[in-house]
Amino acid sequence: MSEEEKKPPVRPKPAAKKPEPKPLPPSPKQPVMDALATTLKEKFGESAVMEGYINQPNDHLCTLIISRENWLPVLQFLRDEHSTPFDYLQNASAIDYETHLEVVFHLHSLEKKEMIAVKVRLDHENAELPSSTALFPAANWNEREMFDLMGITFTGHPDLKRILLPDDWVGHPLRKDYVAFDKEV
Amino acid sequence: MDTLLLYLGPVILLLIVLGFVTYAILAERKVIGWIQGRIGPNQVGPWGLLQTVADILKLLIKEDTIPKNADRTLFKLSPILAFVPSFAVLAVMPFSAQIQFANIGVGLLYYMAVSSITTIGILVGGWASNNKYALLGGMRSAAQMISYEIPLVLSVVGVVLTVGSLNLNEIVAAQQKTWFIFPQIIGFIVFIIASVSELNRTPFDLPEAESELVAGYHVEYSGFRFAFFMLAEYVYIFAMSSLTTVLFLGGWNAPFGWTFLPGILWFIIKFSLVVFFLYWVRATMPRIRVDQLMQFAWKVLLPVALANIVLTALLKEVPFLAHYY
Amino acid sequence: MIRTEEMLLNVGPQHPSTHGVLRLLVKVDGERIVEAEPVIGYLHRGTEKLAEDLSYTQIIPYTDRMDYLSAMTNNYAIVHATEKLMGLEIPERAEFLRVIVMELNRVASHLVWMGTYLLDIGAMSPFLYAFRDREQILDLFNELCGARLTYNYMRVGGVKWDAPAGWIKKVEQFTTYMQKQIKEYHDLVTGNEIFIGRTKGIGSYDQQTAIRYALSGANLRVTGLNWDLRKDAPYSIYERFAFEVPVGEDGDLYQKYLCRMKEIDESLKIVAQAVGEFPSEGKIMGKVPRVLRVPEGEVYVGIESPRGELGCHIVSKGKDKPWRLKFRRPSFYNLQILPILLKDENLSNLVAILGGIDIVLGEVDG
Repeated sequence: MSEEEKKPPVRPKPAAKKPEPKPLPPSPKQPVMDALATTLKEKFGESAVMEGYINQPNDHLCTLIISRENWLPVLQFLRDEHSTPFDYLQNASAIDYETHLEVVFHLHSLEKKEMIAVKVRLDHENAELPSSTALFPAANWNEREMFDLMGITFTGHPDLKRILLPDDWVGHPLRKDYVAFDKEV
Repeated sequence: MDTLLLYLGPVILLLIVLGFVTYAILAERKVIGWIQGRIGPNQVGPWGLLQTVADILKLLIKEDTIPKNADRTLFKLSPILAFVPSFAVLAVMPFSAQIQFANIGVGLLYYMAVSSITTIGILVGGWASNNKYALLGGMRSAAQMISYEIPLVLSVVGVVLTVGSLNLNEIVAAQQKTWFIFPQIIGFIVFIIASVSELNRTPFDLPEAESELVAGYHVEYSGFRFAFFMLAEYVYIFAMSSLTTVLFLGGWNAPFGWTFLPGILWFIIKFSLVVFFLYWVRATMPRIRVDQLMQFAWKVLLPVALANIVLTALLKEVPFLAHYY
Repeated sequence: MIRTEEMLLNVGPQHPSTHGVLRLLVKVDGERIVEAEPVIGYLHRGTEKLAEDLSYTQIIPYTDRMDYLSAMTNNYAIVHATEKLMGLEIPERAEFLRVIVMELNRVASHLVWMGTYLLDIGAMSPFLYAFRDREQILDLFNELCGARLTYNYMRVGGVKWDAPAGWIKKVEQFTTYMQKQIKEYHDLVTGNEIFIGRTKGIGSYDQQTAIRYALSGANLRVTGLNWDLRKDAPYSIYERFAFEVPVGEDGDLYQKYLCRMKEIDESLKIVAQAVGEFPSEGKIMGKVPRVLRVPEGEVYVGIESPRGELGCHIVSKGKDKPWRLKFRRPSFYNLQILPILLKDENLSNLVAILGGIDIVLGEVDG
C-alpha cells in the first residue's frame, strides 16, 4: 500500500513521451509509400489520398487515409490492378476517435508478402460507407460487426443487421459516447 | 405341468431377457470403456453392477412428458409397437435342443417378418413426436431398415438352400459337422453387416446419429417410454446375436466334439462372442453417411447376396463339395 | 397430389455438434440443405469493450476466454502487440518459454479438434484417446502456471512464471511420447474406409475463394497455399527453428485432417528444438515499468494461432488503457464461408464440414 502511494508523485514517465517529438529516422518503406500515394493520386485525383504516412513501430506499415468517395474504387484498384495485388483482407476494424470515426482495413498481398493499412474517416452523425462485401466477401461479417458495435452503416451491404448483439439492442457499445444501460456494469 | 410351463415359460424368458439387457448395457459400457482406456461405470454397486438397475429405476420414476403438439395416441403406441416384435421373435429361437418355445416350420421367415414391424414403431414415434429431428431420424430409420432387410434375407437363403428348410431346429441340426460360417462365408459377411445395420448400431446408427440428429426418432421420449425403445434395441441385440449363432455358428452344437459342456453353454459362449463383436465395432468405427448407406445396401450387399445364392446352388451340384452344402 | 415442402431446421444453439452455442438456420429439402445461415453472438462478452476500461495486464485473462482451446496464443497476441508498440526487448528465456507453450498449446488444440471431429463423424474412441494425450499437456501447463485452460501466463515483457525444476525434461519426454502416439492415430483413423468416404472430396473450395473469404490457418493452407505467419511474417524466435508448413491440394476435409495432423508433428519438432536449445538460465521478464503506458500510436500484428491468423489491433492514446482494442478472430473469419460450403450438401455433411472449419465459439463471438 505504502509503496503504491509513493508511486504517483514520482511518475518518471517522460520516457514514453520523449521519443515522439524526436524525428524518427526515415523509413526504408518511404519510396514504396510515395509511389503508392502518387499512383492513387494520379488515378483518382489529388483529393483521393487525404494522408499517407508510415507507421514505424508496426514494422513500417504503409498507412493511407482515403477520402470517403474514393473508398471502394481505391480498394478495387488495390485488389485488382496494383502491381502488388492486396487481395487478402487481413483485418477490418473501426475506431471512435471522438472527433471522428475511422475504418481501417489491413490488406495483405499473399504474393508479395506486403501489407498496408487503408483508412477512411467518417462523421459520427453521418457514419455511412459503401459496403465492400462484393470486393471482399470476408468483409461481410466485419461490416455487420462494425455496424453492430460502432454504428457505421454500410450502404449496399447484402444483409446489414446486428451480428453479435441481440436485434433489439439499443446503441452501439464501442462508441465512446455510449451509455451503458446498467451503470453498475 | 405343461400348461403351467406354457404360461410361465415366456415370463421366465422375459426375466432372462431383462436380465440380459441390464447386464448387456453394463457390459457394453465396460467393454467400450476398456477399449477407450477408461474404467467404465464403477460407482453403483460392486464393480458398477447396479449401474443399469439404477438407470432403469431413474427412467421409471421420471415424469412422463408428452410434447404439446404431439399426436398423443401414436406417441404412446410407438414404444409398444417397437418393443413387442422384438420380444415376439424370441419365440422361435432354439437356445438348446430342449429350450425352445415354438418349433414352427417357417421359423426363419417368422423372425424376419415380425422383426420388421419395429420399423413401423420407430417411424410412428418419429412422426408422432412432431419434432423435425425425430422425423428425420424416423425417415432414415425406415429407409435403412427396408434397404437392409433385403440383403439380410437374401444372405440367409444360402443357408436355407443347403438345409432345405426354414425351421431353425433343422438348420442347427444340419450344422453338426460343419458350421455354416465356413461354406457360407460370403453369406455370413453380408448377414453380419446387414444385421448391424438392422440393429441401428455404429457404423450404421444413422437414425440416432447423436452428432447430427441429436437423438433421432426418440428425441422427444423420456422416462419409461424411452426405456422401452432402449429395451427394444437391446432385445434385438439379444435376438440377432442368437440368430447369428443359430444360422452360422452351429447353435448349441459343440465345436470339435467337445461335448463336456452342455449345449446351452456353447450357445451362450458363441452368443457372447457375437455380442462382443458388436461392441467392438461400435468402439472402432465412424458413422457412414446416408447416401453411402443406401448405395452400400443396393449396390454392394444385394448383388453379393444374390451371387452367394447362385454360388450355393452351383456348389450343391459339385460332387465332392456337395456334402458341405 | 404429392408435393414436397422445404423444412426449416433450427440447428443449435444447443446441439451436440455445433461446438458451442452456434445456431444454424438450415432450410432442408428432405436431407438436402437448400440454404444455411449461421447465427452467432450467443457467447458475446464484449471483450473489446471491456478492454477499454482495463490496463494492458488486466486484459490478458480476458483473452484466455476467447479461444479457450488455445489460450497461450491468445495471450501472446495481446502481449506481442503491446510489446511491439512499446518497442520492448524480451529476454531469451522468456521467448523460449513462450514458443514452447504456444506450440504445445497448438498440439493440444489440434488434438481436441481431431477428437471432436471424429466424434462428429460418429467415432467415439479417438475422442478419448485425444483427450488422454491432451491431458498430459494440460498437466504440464498446470505445473507451469497453475491453470489447465485459462492460463494467464504471458505478460508484457516476458512471462509470469519460470519453468519449475524438471519441467523442461518432462516436456522433452512428452514430445517423444506424442510423436509415437501420432502413429497410433494414423493407424486408427487415417486409413479407415468410412472416414475416407466421409471426408474425401467433401466440402472443398479453391484457393481464390479461400483468399476472398480471408480464411487462414489450415483452412487456407489446405487449398495449396503455403501461408503460415510463423514463416511469412516471423515473430518471436520462430526463425531459429526448422519446421515445415503442411499444405493440401484441393481443400477437402480429408486434406484438412491430414494438414492438422502434420501440424501436430511440426509443432512437436519445434518444441523438441526449443527444448534442446533452452537457455539454462536467464531472466523471464524484461525491463518493464510497473504501470504500462503504451506510447500513442496504432499497431496491428497477426500471429498463427491453431485456428488461423489471430490478429491484435491496438490503438493507444498514451494512457495505461487501450483506446481501442480489436482482435482479428480467425474463427470469425473462417466461419463466414460456411453457407457456401453447405449449399446443396447432405445433412450428414453439415457436421463434417462445420467440424472441419474448426471453430471455437468463444472466439467467434468475442
